[in-house]
Amino acid sequence: MALLEETKKFLCVSCPVGCSLSVTVRGTDVLNVEGNTCPRGVTYAENEVANPVRTFTSTVRVNGASLPVCPVRSKEPLPLVKVFSVTREVAKVKVDAPLSIGQVLIENVCGTGTDIIASRSLGKI
Amino acid sequence: MSAALTQREVDVAVIGGGPAGVAAAFAARKEGAAKVVVFERDWEAGGILQQCIHPGFGLHTFGEELTGPEYMDRYLKLARESGVEFDLNTMVFQMDPPTLEGSGKQASFWTMNPQRGIERVKAKSVVLAMGCRERPAGALGIAGSRPAGVYTAGTAQRFVNMEGFMPGKKVVIMGTGDIGLIMARRMMLEGAEVVAVFEIMPWVSGLRRNIAQCLDDFGIPYYLEYNVCELHGKDRLEGVSVVQIDKNRKPVDGTLRFVGCDTLLLAVGLIPENELSKMAGLKLDSSTNGPVVNEFLQTSEECIFAAGNVVVVYDLVDFVSQQGERAGRSAALYAMRKLEKGPRDFQVETSPEIRVISPQKLSGGEDVTLFLRVAQPVEGRCRLYADPGIYSQNLRYARPGEMNEVKVSAEKLRALPSDVNSIKIGLEVL
Repeated sequence: MALLEETKKFLCVSCPVGCSLSVTVRGTDVLNVEGNTCPRGVTYAENEVANPVRTFTSTVRVNGASLPVCPVRSKEPLPLVKVFSVTREVAKVKVDAPLSIGQVLIENVCGTGTDIIASRSLGKI
Repeated sequence: MSAALTQREVDVAVIGGGPAGVAAAFAARKEGAAKVVVFERDWEAGGILQQCIHPGFGLHTFGEELTGPEYMDRYLKLARESGVEFDLNTMVFQMDPPTLEGSGKQASFWTMNPQRGIERVKAKSVVLAMGCRERPAGALGIAGSRPAGVYTAGTAQRFVNMEGFMPGKKVVIMGTGDIGLIMARRMMLEGAEVVAVFEIMPWVSGLRRNIAQCLDDFGIPYYLEYNVCELHGKDRLEGVSVVQIDKNRKPVDGTLRFVGCDTLLLAVGLIPENELSKMAGLKLDSSTNGPVVNEFLQTSEECIFAAGNVVVVYDLVDFVSQQGERAGRSAALYAMRKLEKGPRDFQVETSPEIRVISPQKLSGGEDVTLFLRVAQPVEGRCRLYADPGIYSQNLRYARPGEMNEVKVSAEKLRALPSDVNSIKIGLEVL
């Protein structure tokens, strides 16, 4: 049986403009995108239909720094469905100061193909 | 002990080391000011962005999406490399009205630092960059008890992202300001249950993309035209009463209900922090709650400039940095006695559809971007204009949660007939 064409509504989160997208899809194929004001809207719509991704951010515990936690992020956006597995993995980590911005703390987190990196530097005290 | 009070002299003094202050200091050095010092009360510079660990910063400035600490790291590097000095752990607690000095004016203020004690600083020019504060629980008049568990969203953000504490397990959020929405997602990721978000207005006050990525992604419901009207619990919050409200902000009969929670986060508005501005005698604007400024971000005292959320609360840090750089450049020029104001003196006026605008004065000295917020959402085509005939732009919509910009060139302003002394900014529905 052929898949039906349908229209889905998304709000693009690529930038603060927040365009309302009207997306015509058949299955996971995007046929048409309307309402976007830049090409990122099309990429966003394609991802939302096939596999929504988000940049993940949180904190990890740190020993010996001026703060007890250090902010971290995923280097690249990762699948939205994996967010809670990733957050549990990040919660297990405790690292020693010093930390430098961009430093890899977890490689290929939960098999997502992207790393968890420090998003600030923290000196040792 | 009777050590003489230390008196210091600087060219450009920047008060506050957040995004506006750091950008201002960097730009002041770049413009050629010799001694540029940022006075920051915290142990590190960076301001609120150090706790804004989520992404979404820097698309305009750096062309990529950064987290708050990453954005600040880049700007701080630029500032340090340019020779900006940072006075950390230093609180500016008093500001004097400027005094005449040669062909211009000079600013003076007082600082406190744990090692050096109290010092007086004289500056050829000052950039105010104190930012803003959150509207606190005490300003809302919520009935009921006064238990633990009620925080502003930003306080909770600091606890979670910098101090490593969770403020609670079952959370209700009052208001749809961006920090509240961001914290809804953050609390979910840290294992809390976020029950709901209640907003008193008929529209969302934060960016719509934060509704999508912070609430919708996690299945958190939000209710418009709902007020949190009573707190319950003795030592710790046990729940809140919420009620639907009508157009006149009166409770709707039969809609009062109890919502169990141990934490209430408030995201109900930001207020520019202008205690020092008042001490210096600056003219404040009752709609922005910040100093009245011109296109150079110069206040009613010619040696004092201001930038960022202390002037008007912006949506995006990129704009705060942009304005910071503008104020820093102007302050440096003033310190070198090179700032040339334009030949005109326009007052910026607004139609009732516009709630806040900044700057409020224009001299035609420099191209300017006016930042404004509409009073109510217009969901449909409308036209934003500046009369007499210097700007017109059609918009697909205009919402109070998303600032609009009006760009006007100095040339156009200077070319206006000499009997024109005000610029009217307005919005009309098409």
